Amino acid sequence: MSDRHNRFEDEVLPCLDAAYSLARWLVRDEHAAEDVVQDAYLRAFRYFASFHGGDARPWLLGIVRNCCYSWFAQQKRAREIECDVEDPDGPSLDSQDRAETPETLLLLKMERAQVTAAVARLPVPFREALVLREIEELSYDDIARVLQVPKGTVMSRLSRARRLLYNDLRGDR
Amino acid sequence: MTTDPMPELPSELRQHLVRYQAPPGLKRRIGYMIEQQSRAAAPTPGWRGVRWRWASLGASFACGALLALSVVGYRDAAQDEDRVEQQIVAGHLRSLMAAHLTDVASTDQHTVKPWFTGKLDYAPPVIDLAQEGFPLVGGRLDYLQGRPVAALVYRRRGHTINVFVAPAPGGIASGTTLVEKQGWQLAAWNQQDMRFRAVSDVSRDELLHFATALQQQR
Repeated sequence: MSDRHNRFEDEVLPCLDAAYSLARWLVRDEHAAEDVVQDAYLRAFRYFASFHGGDARPWLLGIVRNCCYSWFAQQKRAREIECDVEDPDGPSLDSQDRAETPETLLLLKMERAQVTAAVARLPVPFREALVLREIEELSYDDIARVLQVPKGTVMSRLSRARRLLYNDLRGDR
Repeated sequence: MTTDPMPELPSELRQHLVRYQAPPGLKRRIGYMIEQQSRAAAPTPGWRGVRWRWASLGASFACGALLALSVVGYRDAAQDEDRVEQQIVAGHLRSLMAAHLTDVASTDQHTVKPWFTGKLDYAPPVIDLAQEGFPLVGGRLDYLQGRPVAALVYRRRGHTINVFVAPAPGGIASGTTLVEKQGWQLAAWNQQDMRFRAVSDVSRDELLHFATALQQQR
């Protein structure tokens, strides 16, 4: 096994869940997400020489995001092909007991599916910022690199994404 | 920019924002794909490598001779099957990577079928399964077990299904065998003196559904 192959397996393969999750949140279809991730890994391996160490996750997520955009473009071109990007089921609900306080009663009633659906309704630029921050917990600098926008734009998109999501779920759209 | 900034989401909402887990098949497929890529990119060995190769070849001949003495016939059959399955997966991968999915791109079975005439010494049955949700997208010539065979290409949502069709004279009509190989699903069956081998990254159930639909259309 080559050195490059070893390093790739050690550093990039462990990011598979993160890659799949981002693709799934963005393309909203489990099969399409798998294809996108497969494509992203192939590209990542080919461009691995251009990766100069550090955290592989933001680097890989940038590639995954680009692959998602290629997929969007392809979908636009091939509208006649059946398009089922409905993805009503969210990630599995882990059994965690939630504390009940009066002020959060409204939110407590929300099911994960509703939250997932509301995220899916967010325009892609807000959705990707939200997923990278809230789920992947990347730094603002890393998000700016993945999205190829200034840090200030990341902050404002995030703020907007949270507000949109919150309002959507509260029902005043 | 909003005048009412929202620094954090309420935790009750945030707890629902979680990662999706990658399916295990995807991990195996990617692992295999990277291995293939890595092998393709490996530099050709110098003479030392060559010498080792000959040495190991000698060793494997010796092992092979020993093995041949001790192994009964059905094991050979199992190994052959394994080798064919490897070739099927490799053929499927090649078709996806080299942008050489089809030689004849058509959803019309009456265009695809005649295309094989003169290119093969048999006529592969070509059937569109768009009604069943598996539209035909075309066909191409491929190689399997050292001979040219017909590869028919179908789609399932964004996924590709390759079906290799080769003559199997006297082959008994058989039910569908399903196996998983490096994360890909394979289905094989005999029908009308032909051996059908389908490969795809759709789920096992979907591939069985496809195989059954194809058999029933005959």
